[in-house]
Amino acid sequence: MCLGVPGRIDAIRDEQGTPMASVDFGGIRKDVCLAYLPEAEVGDYTLVHVGFAITRIDEASALETLELIRSIGNLAEELGEEPADLAGDAAAGGGGS
Amino acid sequence: MKYLDEFHDPELAASQFEEIERIVTRPWALMEVCGGQTHSIVRNGIDQLLPEQVRLIHGPGCPVCVTPLETIDKALAIAARDDVIFCSFGDMLRVPGSHHDLFQIRSNGGDVRVVYSPLDAVRIAADNPDKQVVFFGIGFETTAPANAMTVVEAKRRGLTNFSMLVSHVLVPPAIAAIASSPDTQVNAYLAAGHVNTVMGTAEYEPLVERFKVPIVVTGFEPLDVLEGIRRALLQLEQGRAEVENAYPRAVKAGGNPAAKAVLGEVFEVCDRAWRGIGVIPASGWRLSEAYRDFDAEHRFEVTDLTVEESPLCRSGEVLQGLIKPNECEQFGITCTPRKPLGATMVSSEGACAAYYQYRRLALQEEVRA
Repeated sequence: MCLGVPGRIDAIRDEQGTPMASVDFGGIRKDVCLAYLPEAEVGDYTLVHVGFAITRIDEASALETLELIRSIGNLAEELGEEPADLAGDAAAGGGGS
Repeated sequence: MKYLDEFHDPELAASQFEEIERIVTRPWALMEVCGGQTHSIVRNGIDQLLPEQVRLIHGPGCPVCVTPLETIDKALAIAARDDVIFCSFGDMLRVPGSHHDLFQIRSNGGDVRVVYSPLDAVRIAADNPDKQVVFFGIGFETTAPANAMTVVEAKRRGLTNFSMLVSHVLVPPAIAAIASSPDTQVNAYLAAGHVNTVMGTAEYEPLVERFKVPIVVTGFEPLDVLEGIRRALLQLEQGRAEVENAYPRAVKAGGNPAAKAVLGEVFEVCDRAWRGIGVIPASGWRLSEAYRDFDAEHRFEVTDLTVEESPLCRSGEVLQGLIKPNECEQFGITCTPRKPLGATMVSSEGACAAYYQYRRLALQEEVRA
């Protein structure tokens, strides 16, 4: 029920006074109501729940979270814990992407 | 797909598991409130890969599961009427009432339709002026703005043949109820991130103060869930209890102001019975005075209901985190998604359904061994 699916806003139009968007979910397009995201713009990523855009996905925050998770891997490595296990795996995960 | 794949990276997940292993020094129990998170955890085996000292307790965050039996029976009675088109999210159709479910109403000639978006129900009402169209409005705060918009739209279009059977539930009072229970084993909560996209995080501050438990706003992809778990454990190990946002790409402190404004106009807080749990004070929303005309309970007199719960079903204990689904004697034997005894086996967010879908073969092997 609380499932939210991220998609990219491709087009915005007005439908009898209600702002609607065409949202691309990795190739599948659906009509989405923008009543709760009036400031949304074409190109924005949004989280869609039962046909409504409920929030804009903030790219800077997404990258920050990923960076934080990556740095945890590096931190564990730096602390020198379980060096034998971490040497190969974590280095590939932390620095590879 | 963007913002999904990155948060499924197995190598990053491995480093999160290692970090969790490093942080934990003693036993802790965390509750993931949302059934969507339960499915993510069970599907990805996150609970099995955590250190033994960390236990995940599955919470009651499944609206389909907690909709009271009496409301299901009312829905069935309304849906069976000749003059009604009954619209619902698909999950509700197989939820057992006292005697039957919405699928059976449909096979007996009732007009029961599954909608993807609640607005589809308003369109059906506009297209069928000679019928009463009733939408089953259930859900947590995530779904409430969409459902609220149906009555706003119906009012704006002057549709007198649309109404909503409302059974909305709220997360913070449920956390308060679990945290105040003398039997509670939960040390920290992973809050349901999508609820917070709408409501923000302010409502959780008083809970943290009152119960001295960490509450971490958590997303749904594997890395999101692990990040929520890591932050909750770090707080516990450091003796802190704070509201923390581990899902900032979707959740802002203030939530969604446009949605909150409509919710405040359309709904008012009420006491609500949760199936399997009982009445939780101020834990639901009903239509406000201004929208009372759209309340299906007012439009259709449904009385003489004799509510009868299955004596075998232990979904109440599952919903309260007191037992795991496979500890119920009926699990996978007399109770399956095709023939469920309780709603937790039906819903895509129900804990019993998650265990059945992803664990039943392994569990059977365990029994044999």
